[in-house]
Amino acid sequence: MTIVRISDDALALACGADTVANAFAEIGCTVERTSSWGMHWLEPLVEVNGTGFGTVTPDDISAILENCSTKSIGKIADHPFIARQQRLSFARAGRTRPLSLEDYEATGGWAGLTRARSLMPDAVVSEVTLSGLRGRGGAGFPAGIKWQTVAGAAGARKYVVCNADEGDSGTFADRMLMEGDPFQLIEGMAIAAHAVGATLGYIYVRSEYPHAIAKLKAAIALAAEIIAPFQIEVRVGAGAYVCGEETSLLNSIEGKRGEVRAKPPLPAHSGLFGCPTVINNVLTLAAIPHILIEGGAALYDSHGIARSKGTMPIQIAGNVKHGGLFETAFGITLHALIYDIGGGTASGRPVKAVQVGGPLGAYIHPDRFDLPFCYEAYAGVDALIGHGGVTVFDDTADMGRMARFAMEFCAAESCGKCTPCRIGSTRGVELIDRICAPQATVDAVAALPQMHNAAKSARSRAEDIALLGDLCETMKDASLCALGGFTPYPVLSALQHWPEDFEPEV
Amino acid sequence: MNNSARIDQIIATHAGREGPLLPILHDVQKEFGCVDAEAEAQIAHGLNLSRAEVHGVVSFYHDFTAAADPRAVVQICRAEACKARGVEALIGAAEAAAGGRVRISTVYCLGLCSVGPNARVGSDLHARLDEAALVKLVQSA
Repeated sequence: MTIVRISDDALALACGADTVANAFAEIGCTVERTSSWGMHWLEPLVEVNGTGFGTVTPDDISAILENCSTKSIGKIADHPFIARQQRLSFARAGRTRPLSLEDYEATGGWAGLTRARSLMPDAVVSEVTLSGLRGRGGAGFPAGIKWQTVAGAAGARKYVVCNADEGDSGTFADRMLMEGDPFQLIEGMAIAAHAVGATLGYIYVRSEYPHAIAKLKAAIALAAEIIAPFQIEVRVGAGAYVCGEETSLLNSIEGKRGEVRAKPPLPAHSGLFGCPTVINNVLTLAAIPHILIEGGAALYDSHGIARSKGTMPIQIAGNVKHGGLFETAFGITLHALIYDIGGGTASGRPVKAVQVGGPLGAYIHPDRFDLPFCYEAYAGVDALIGHGGVTVFDDTADMGRMARFAMEFCAAESCGKCTPCRIGSTRGVELIDRICAPQATVDAVAALPQMHNAAKSARSRAEDIALLGDLCETMKDASLCALGGFTPYPVLSALQHWPEDFEPEV
Repeated sequence: MNNSARIDQIIATHAGREGPLLPILHDVQKEFGCVDAEAEAQIAHGLNLSRAEVHGVVSFYHDFTAAADPRAVVQICRAEACKARGVEALIGAAEAAAGGRVRISTVYCLGLCSVGPNARVGSDLHARLDEAALVKLVQSA
């Protein structure tokens, strides 16, 4: 009996994995549905007796089984894309069945939780601190410090909340982890609960991820006895990007509008329903089981550079030939990611720009592709690594339009609580329009009678550019959260590096 | 069972949970295709909230709508990664194919950013779309 392994990850399904799996099953093969290896350009990727075959369609099946297929990529684990990685959080990717407790245990599952439960809670917190793990959601706050704060906070109840509202374009690591290795996330949350004294956990997943929601619910039911008395419930978002911000996420679980809360108080002191709450991203919590095994913290700390420790599951996306999930220690350059690993653009045209960190991340010019991938180096050039999404654009991209889109997106998704974001984003769209197509007339807002200080004559293009700079400064400094606060990064980086894309069309 | 009795049943299913409003709204939206003013009032009454509080939540989230739309929906991702892969050039053809029968809606990211342009119809995902594939998808929606 031939065993055929095909992923049931949402991306593989979108590429036609079910049709291929059914065709194999119909001719009598045993089909195992596994997680995805993360080599997305090869999906549906089929593994037969250890050998991989990429972009398989039902028409390829007979050649594969007769061992004469031209789509063979050899042993999957030896493929350079996989062999070059340092996979800790994604160690099981492609190798196990997502909902098999047997597979999970056989690959070291629950070892971290067992060891954590044999330790005092404060010892667990110290190990997390020692590992150097920083929040993978984007802000990069040290996870151990956050846990310590919650452990020390007084409260009748405490919660562990997993932020799985992965709304950034160009990111899919959370989705892959929830769909491919849900027990690892559950184990990480159970360890967090032990460390801080929480009894209930929530995973807040965006509604755009129905496959992840189904997998998590099934996995929680299967693992219920193992993690007891800790309990986990899945909560589904409702299409609001801003709910990826931690305080708005907490409001959403509480059944309120997903508006951002002013900090302080920090969620660690007064979070969900006013109780001390650990709120961490999927990737942060999924790194925990590995850190808690014997020697895991020191091993984690040995990866990476400077204050960016451990590994980062980087997501290579957009117009790139070999897109997918690449987990590696911090420090890799964009040049290596895009050319050596990603193989350049899918269109074959030159790379024009790369947006790192999702819709709120700066557009990085090819001049800067030698920048090491770490929190500090990016912050140093007014950029951010965010959730580790790398979106590649070829030379057909119009950066003026992308800058306008950043403001449009902010306007569409603003929660409305703070003025710089709510109003600034709309004024930003108008300003970019004026910069790209200068008007001889006074702008509509400046002409309003209540705008006493606005100039009553039309602004020049240079004045509009200066005004956009001022607006971005205001949004950066005065917005309550990263949505309004970081939208200026893509806008200003586009304007700085590609001013020609803002020139009026002749 | 009439609508009102069904909504009461949904409220009762979730009433014991912490923060039951979003799960209730999801169920009502799924069952009736919208959360209309009557449903809002009934949910507010059931949870001892004001109508304004419930309306504020319904109107905040993109997933909840005030009126049902009988048309089939094709969600097309138009976020950065799909833009980088050329989705904007396909929108005109998709809208033309949709006519009045299908609603084309924009979604910001389906999480398939390395294989775009992507679309979703119900729970079915579709990747690597070109104009012909997208038009076919819209026509069969």
